[in-house]
Amino acid sequence: MDTNAIPFAVEVRNVSKSFAGIEVLRDVSLNVAHGQTVSVLGPSGSGKSTLLRCINWLEEPDRGEIFIAGVRIGVRADGKTHMADRDLAQMRARIGMVFQSFNLWPHLSVVENVTEAPIHVLGIAKDEAVDRAEKLLEKVGIGEKRNAYPYMLSGGQKQRVGIARALAMNPEVILFDEPTSALDPELVGEVLAVMRALAEEGMTMVVVSHEMDFARSVSDEIVFIDQGSVVERQSPEDFFDRPQTARARQFLSRYA
Amino acid sequence: MTKWDILWNHREMILEGFKNTLILFIVSAVAAFLLSSLIVLTIRTGRGPFGRVIRIVVDGMRMLPFLIYAYILYYGLPSLGIRFDAWTAGFIALITYHAAYFAEILRGTWATLSTGQAEAARAHGFTTFKMYRRIILPQLVLRAAPVLGNQLIICLKDTAFLSIITVRELTAAASAVQSQYFIPFEAFIVAIGLYWVTSMSIEALVARVGFVAESKGLGYKRDTVRR
Repeated sequence: MDTNAIPFAVEVRNVSKSFAGIEVLRDVSLNVAHGQTVSVLGPSGSGKSTLLRCINWLEEPDRGEIFIAGVRIGVRADGKTHMADRDLAQMRARIGMVFQSFNLWPHLSVVENVTEAPIHVLGIAKDEAVDRAEKLLEKVGIGEKRNAYPYMLSGGQKQRVGIARALAMNPEVILFDEPTSALDPELVGEVLAVMRALAEEGMTMVVVSHEMDFARSVSDEIVFIDQGSVVERQSPEDFFDRPQTARARQFLSRYA
Repeated sequence: MTKWDILWNHREMILEGFKNTLILFIVSAVAAFLLSSLIVLTIRTGRGPFGRVIRIVVDGMRMLPFLIYAYILYYGLPSLGIRFDAWTAGFIALITYHAAYFAEILRGTWATLSTGQAEAARAHGFTTFKMYRRIILPQLVLRAAPVLGNQLIICLKDTAFLSIITVRELTAAASAVQSQYFIPFEAFIVAIGLYWVTSMSIEALVARVGFVAESKGLGYKRDTVRR
């Protein structure tokens, strides 16, 4: 490997993770280059979400290493002890995340949800943060809802606020954890459209989802996980048209 | 001279007592709330046995009758060589006792918040403390306002116990006037009136917080069963 090369936006090396003795991730590795969209596919319970949550250390892997733009997350430079709360927070500030259940902050208005972290984590001036938030809300198509509270919004609107909230941090990468799984079918499209636009703009994205059409048309790479292991890593065309393994074929047959 | 005239002539003494009651109440309530906030943060996020120890102390405190607690601080501790003046003992008693109750209210309310909100805060780079202060605590206050208000009123009324450890607050002042002129009914009616007015102010504050909560969809009315 060329040591002068630009580091990957996300590099997952040999990560394993167990919950209560059950191995959820088994020696998983994954690279995401800057500007790439990688879709992580697999059956329910295959470990996709756990992998995503390890990337920003919401789950702590038992083994393995994770690097964000070349910097190891969760562990100090000595390679052993936990990162200080503050250092971990600083790294997470560079990693956006969009959640299946939106997880908007209900006591804050839409625009406040988007400005909260830029102001209080990044230290951006309020005027500037509000300015930027309004542009982002326009971009995801809910500028008119700026003063609404989360409980007033539909699922699709909530998720678009969630995306704007992540974008407001100017992240290195955004992790999407099944962003459309909690949505009514007719609301899925509006969220996918925003994600598609982001991918086209060159945002680095790791997407866990069950939206096969989206994965196929937007991803640069498909990572197929089953029972905690990476089974295939392919271009979307190869994965969907010429899956190499029986497990992938079986998985895809359910979406045909 | 009627009994009410006697009271009027001693209005300065009673108002002085009322002022002291307000000082005791406001300082103790604010300090107890701040202390309870830290207690809850420690219980919820502290590593190791520290959180568990605090939990036991909080539970022990809540099981203590307030009067005995104030007694022990003022009359009991000197036998161990620890001596507080009446005000200090009073403040310590009010602050720590009500902090334990506030902490239990906040802890219980926190348990009803979705864990996803805290995860979202962490994912967006909040440190634990900042997440607590900006995301969790405001919601706890909004959601628990009626119960917190109830506790504030109990805190106000507990200041009356401090008359027994010689703090010159409202009850002590009313008691002094009534025992000198034997007008217990009138003197205590005035005291009750002043406690009542203060409680009404607390309730008004709680109603305002409730109104804010309602506007954010965090209200209690929303939770009531619809027919």
